Amino acid sequence: MFNYLVQRIGTIIPTLFFVSILIFGLQQLLPGDPALILSGEDRDENVIAYLREKFHLDEPLPMRYLYWMGNVLQGDLGESLRIQQPVLDLILQKLPVTLQLAAMAMVIALVIGITAGIVSAVTKDSVWDYAANVISLWGLSTPNFWLGIMMILFFSVWLGWLPASGYVSPFEDLKANLASMIMPAFVLGNAIAAVLMRHTRSAMLQVLNADYVRTARAKGLVERIVVLKHALRNALIPIITLGALEFGTLLSGSVLTEQVFSIPGFGKLIVDAVFNRDYAVVQGVVLVTATAYITLNLLADLAYFLVNPRLRG
Amino acid sequence: MTAIPVTAAAAAPKDLSPGQRALRRLVRRKGAMFGLAIVVLFILMALLAPWISPHDPLATSWSAVRKPPSDLYPLGTDEIGRDVLSRVIWGTRASLMAGVVSVCISLSLGVPIGMAAGYLGRWPDALISRITDAMLACPFLILAIAFAAFLGPSLTNAMIAIGVSATPIFIRLTRAQVLSVKVEDYVEAARAVGNSHLRIALRHILPNIVAPLLVQATLAIAAAIIAEASLSFLGLGQQPPAPSWGSMLNTAKNYIDHAPWMAIWPGLSIFLLVLSFNLLGDGLRDALDPRHR
Repeated sequence: MFNYLVQRIGTIIPTLFFVSILIFGLQQLLPGDPALILSGEDRDENVIAYLREKFHLDEPLPMRYLYWMGNVLQGDLGESLRIQQPVLDLILQKLPVTLQLAAMAMVIALVIGITAGIVSAVTKDSVWDYAANVISLWGLSTPNFWLGIMMILFFSVWLGWLPASGYVSPFEDLKANLASMIMPAFVLGNAIAAVLMRHTRSAMLQVLNADYVRTARAKGLVERIVVLKHALRNALIPIITLGALEFGTLLSGSVLTEQVFSIPGFGKLIVDAVFNRDYAVVQGVVLVTATAYITLNLLADLAYFLVNPRLRG
Repeated sequence: MTAIPVTAAAAAPKDLSPGQRALRRLVRRKGAMFGLAIVVLFILMALLAPWISPHDPLATSWSAVRKPPSDLYPLGTDEIGRDVLSRVIWGTRASLMAGVVSVCISLSLGVPIGMAAGYLGRWPDALISRITDAMLACPFLILAIAFAAFLGPSLTNAMIAIGVSATPIFIRLTRAQVLSVKVEDYVEAARAVGNSHLRIALRHILPNIVAPLLVQATLAIAAAIIAEASLSFLGLGQQPPAPSWGSMLNTAKNYIDHAPWMAIWPGLSIFLLVLSFNLLGDGLRDALDPRHR
């Protein structure tokens, strides 16, 4: 286990190194002198000189990378030019909102995706299987921001059941919080449910033909126990890894969902930063997202290692 | 006894090439044919936009602001009196172009780099693989948003951003395919008779990895269309007043209670086009790789 852990961590260090180069490199895409761009419309000479010194713009590129990386390693992702706050603080403020949205979306995706996947596999080639496949194709092809707008039209404008937008903290009013988050969470979970359904279906179809499932049936076990206890448990193993991989989809999707429902989260932070030309925030958000994604993948691999006795052996 | 060989011969005619057999399998798949028909319909719509759109997509009319569907405006009008149907028809151009151009960018970058990694092995492979891992660690849309943010908002930059962000998928796929093909006997034979590395890669390896790349490219077009619509929805793609489905939805969300038709049709168009490419991609995969059936 220890050796595996060391080996696995060894592979993520170069990946993180290249992620940092990629994100640092983004700044080089800015056309023209970064100090001029960052100084805003006034272009005050003193501000430009200050920015040059602050970001070491007169130094060669590798040196600038080392300065930037040194700060990042100390938890300094720079400062938002617009809000005049450290980027890390901003991210930490917004992250809980997006994490709640992502967690709710994942629960919805797991319930819909795994249930539909099981039903589809158990009733292969039936109307149910066909319906589940159609729903999954619908989930994969629907732009989530459009689904969000349509849900607002149906549930908020026509039926008046749910608020169209806005966010209430769960610590203020849990009921209002859930009412404001349920539609965005469904919209976000929809596409992931489709992916999970497809994978659960194919994993279940493989497992349902395995010898131990046949043995369980031969022992005279009820079909429900065979499916849920013997087949599903084993089919779920690859879904762990998939869940972590879908984290990226959740964060990408949250950018659009938060925009549609005006939720002040991580996604809205990056969009606002883009329009305010707050490049340090954009870089910070991408860096934190990539690091979280790599870490989750590592944890998923370790979980996979722990639950699969054949790997441990 | 005689029926068996006749049936077998009918099922797998010997005179058909693998390509023709794959085409036959594709034609038999109803979903893929439905997808292809819709894609062709959208392509025709994009090409014939100047002749089939009933109004100028940019022409505003203050007397026709947010009008519901009628004989004059079959899909209604938007917040400044522009015809929604004409804008949906013209918007097809931005979506299709974004889908195709960004996938061409991904292919032209991803295939040569992936081939170099798979064919050369050793340190070039290790280096390319780590860079690919790093790019894949950044969620696709967030990376595209970051690129678009630093490049500046425009349809061209959105296509570059989407194309570059999707490149690692093609690098990884090409590399994996090259690794499995380069140990085949015919590649060994080509090497043994003294062919150059470049010739082996282009003449003997590339033709044999086209099928999975074609499938991935079709599915990537679907993803790129959604990505372009997403970037335009956020204001980072096609800039107003030029019509694009994503930017139409961005405006429509502000008028959803008074003019829902502004949101329904562009969204439905994105859904239909993406669904069609997904169906076509699934069908191609089944036709080109019978193991998937």
